[in-house]
Amino acid sequence: MRMPTPDAAVIARRAEIAAALRRIVPGEGVIVSEDERRVYESDGLTAYRQPPLLAVLPSTTEQVAQVLRYCHEHGVKVVPRGAGTSLSGGALPLADGIILGLAKFNRILDVDFANRCAVVQPGVTNLGITHAVQHAGFFYAPDPSSQIACTIGGNVAENSGGVHCLKYGVTTNNVLGIEMVLINGEVVRLGGKHLDAEGYDLLGVMTGSEGLLGVVTEVTVRILKKPATARALLVGFPSNESAGNCVAAIIGAGIIPGGMEMMDKPAIHAAEDFVHVGYPLDVEALLIVELDGPSAEVDHLIQRVEQIARAHQSVSLRISNSEEERLAFWAGRKAAFPAVGRISPDYYCVDGTIPRKRLPDVLTHMRALSQKHGLRVANVFHAGDGNLHPLILYDANNTGELERAEEFGADILRFCVEVGGVLTGEHGVGVEKRDLMPAMFDEVDLNQQQRLKCAFDPAGLLNPGKVFPQLHRCAELGRMHIHRGQVAFPDLPRF
Amino acid sequence: MTRFRPSDERELVDVVAAAAAGEEPLEIVAGGSKRGLGRPLQTPHTLDVSAFAGIRSYEPEELVLTAGAATPMAEIEAALDKAGQMLAFEPPDWRALLDSGDASPTLGGVLACNLAGPRRIKQGAARDHFLGFRGVSGRGEAFKAGGRVVKNVTGYDLCKLLAGSYGTLAVLTEVTLKVLPRAEDTRSILIRGLDDATAQRAMGAALNSAHEVSGAAHLPRGESGRDKPLTVLRLEGPEPSVAARATALTAELAAFGVIEEARGAHSVRLWRGLRDVEPFAEFGDRAVWRVSTPPTSGPALATAIAQKFDARHFFDWGGGLVWLAVAGAKDGGAAAIRAALNASGGHATLVRGAPALRAAVPVFQPQPPALAALTRRVKESFDPKRVLNRGRMYPDL
Repeated sequence: MRMPTPDAAVIARRAEIAAALRRIVPGEGVIVSEDERRVYESDGLTAYRQPPLLAVLPSTTEQVAQVLRYCHEHGVKVVPRGAGTSLSGGALPLADGIILGLAKFNRILDVDFANRCAVVQPGVTNLGITHAVQHAGFFYAPDPSSQIACTIGGNVAENSGGVHCLKYGVTTNNVLGIEMVLINGEVVRLGGKHLDAEGYDLLGVMTGSEGLLGVVTEVTVRILKKPATARALLVGFPSNESAGNCVAAIIGAGIIPGGMEMMDKPAIHAAEDFVHVGYPLDVEALLIVELDGPSAEVDHLIQRVEQIARAHQSVSLRISNSEEERLAFWAGRKAAFPAVGRISPDYYCVDGTIPRKRLPDVLTHMRALSQKHGLRVANVFHAGDGNLHPLILYDANNTGELERAEEFGADILRFCVEVGGVLTGEHGVGVEKRDLMPAMFDEVDLNQQQRLKCAFDPAGLLNPGKVFPQLHRCAELGRMHIHRGQVAFPDLPRF
Repeated sequence: MTRFRPSDERELVDVVAAAAAGEEPLEIVAGGSKRGLGRPLQTPHTLDVSAFAGIRSYEPEELVLTAGAATPMAEIEAALDKAGQMLAFEPPDWRALLDSGDASPTLGGVLACNLAGPRRIKQGAARDHFLGFRGVSGRGEAFKAGGRVVKNVTGYDLCKLLAGSYGTLAVLTEVTLKVLPRAEDTRSILIRGLDDATAQRAMGAALNSAHEVSGAAHLPRGESGRDKPLTVLRLEGPEPSVAARATALTAELAAFGVIEEARGAHSVRLWRGLRDVEPFAEFGDRAVWRVSTPPTSGPALATAIAQKFDARHFFDWGGGLVWLAVAGAKDGGAAAIRAALNASGGHATLVRGAPALRAAVPVFQPQPPALAALTRRVKESFDPKRVLNRGRMYPDL
């Protein structure tokens, strides 16, 4: 992975930049010593490490604005960071760029039950929002598996999903407004406690922009009343095909479960060996279907899903009859990553989305790729929305295995695109999938995306080296090429 | 005045590239049902994109539909209906409101205006269901964004940006949407006689319950078609669930007064009328505003406007959407409505007004300078010569 060549002149100015930033963020808010900078050297994608030029931890919007204005005026790159749980290297530092950490923005500002929303600072954790509203029976719906640690600001940057997003949507469907700071220090508010935008939906563009467009300093999210009840089915199948067909049949019957997760045999075994919750070990695929909502509805739909599962060759079927049992069904799935971590020194989590009906083909192809690369793979799958998470098992101590794991992951993602899917469903492009972007988008597509970036950040100072495989100067992107020598309408036939 | 009607993407690219080269703006038209929406255009040319029509692929079990942007909504809805599915954001049909006769609304038009009906509060707007597109930018370049799957974070979410851009960034040629199963059953709970503030509290109580209310509207006296105000709450889902929730909700809201029910087709008709702003269709001479504000602010805003002008109003989205029909104000009520919004937050769009009024007052909520400048830079990043629907949203856009 090649990152943009660090600017030695900027690195040489480290002390001067630190002094200037200390005038904005006094005291311990500017981190310069090598030991302390090392804390920020990577995020959840730990294969890549790079200590930042320095880290700055502002605590007010005004400080963020001044820091960005300084960086803008002095040509210093900026990598925004929440909790650093990105799995795609979105918060990977640059040697010649500062880390702008939002950890001190950790306050819940306003809980407004009457308008069903909460206003929070970006450093509040995802689960922290639910904790602030659950006493009144409310929750914040998107639930990425890192929710105990990941921040809402990071969720906005990555447009995070979770296991319940088929029914409740991802971050972009649950954010009502933000306050953000542009690289030139201007503060802009988008949305609020009301719905939709008056002009362009810049809130929708900011969500999932991976820290390339601006720095979020406040977030207003929609909160929902907790469903009256939730029950789950744990269903084993003799083949991935039958499990896949069952998923299609459930949705075809008009049922949108709160969560619908699938695990393949290696993942089932790893999870059961770890948490011992009674997953069947003689099946090829396991499906967890959770129905939540009004009790009458859940009881009704559980029966229908049971009928559908039995009609699709299920070989084992359990229905939760208590909250304890429902959580036990989930325990193995929720522990899938650490469980795989137990059976392999390292694992690499891949994230692609496919049209659901292609699942059997994709899993078959993955087995072939597993042999080709000589590495094992376990699969967990958000079956409802086609989001795959293959976990590639490798040992970083063996020379070349990390590279093989990455090549294996890249092959999987290219195949996802080939069958009509996409490179990333919820983890983001970051540095991880940056060089795969041309598999999905041609140069015209990517140039148009970068022109949008230019509208926010013409000097390319915000999180450069992420998302786009090739960086172009905005002046070059803005140039209009005269189309096939035409000048205007007179040359055109009237249609 | 020239009307261009490209038959494929290549011809479309030629037209837009030529418009850019000559800096001669185009008005984008397909069915033409929303030509009266937004600021009046004075473009020298019309770009008729109705050739980009037809459903390209629809697989109900994948919950995804791909169609030409100019596919008539009637065709989309018929295909979805056959498979027991729907566009969950409940796109309204504003033909009666906009007096656009039998012009045919298209899928691309619905997306470009980011329309949504009463179910917006539960299922989101058009933006939330727009998964991918092909289009031609104002630079005359064909490009694509998004994908054909429901979960995707690859690259910027340009679908969100195009939804609600009123054709000012790119000409959509092909779009992909998320679709959802249609509810088996629908039922409405009706409360009569509440004033606006009390009705808002009743709607809030219903929306803050766990009963998954998918519509919450209030018609004051006059707008309800009766001599008493009418508050309506909608429940959708499998029949046993709807029945159980109706019973529970009725009990929880008993303190708000006599409660009746509207079932099946009666409930469907009621919500279609609210969706399509039927109460205001007859007031052809009034300026009609669509105001989005925090739900608890809706009643006070309506009262403030009623004190100044001869204004009719009703609420959707639990009070968060205020429909206003204003008479007797020179600016259609623009200044007063936007002054009221300064306090509560939100935005107002002049949905219906005579062309002179729509040219004279800002149709879309004016933006603070930093945001307006950013909006303009975004426009120029897609359409540097401002040839696509120039002036439809803001005068310099």
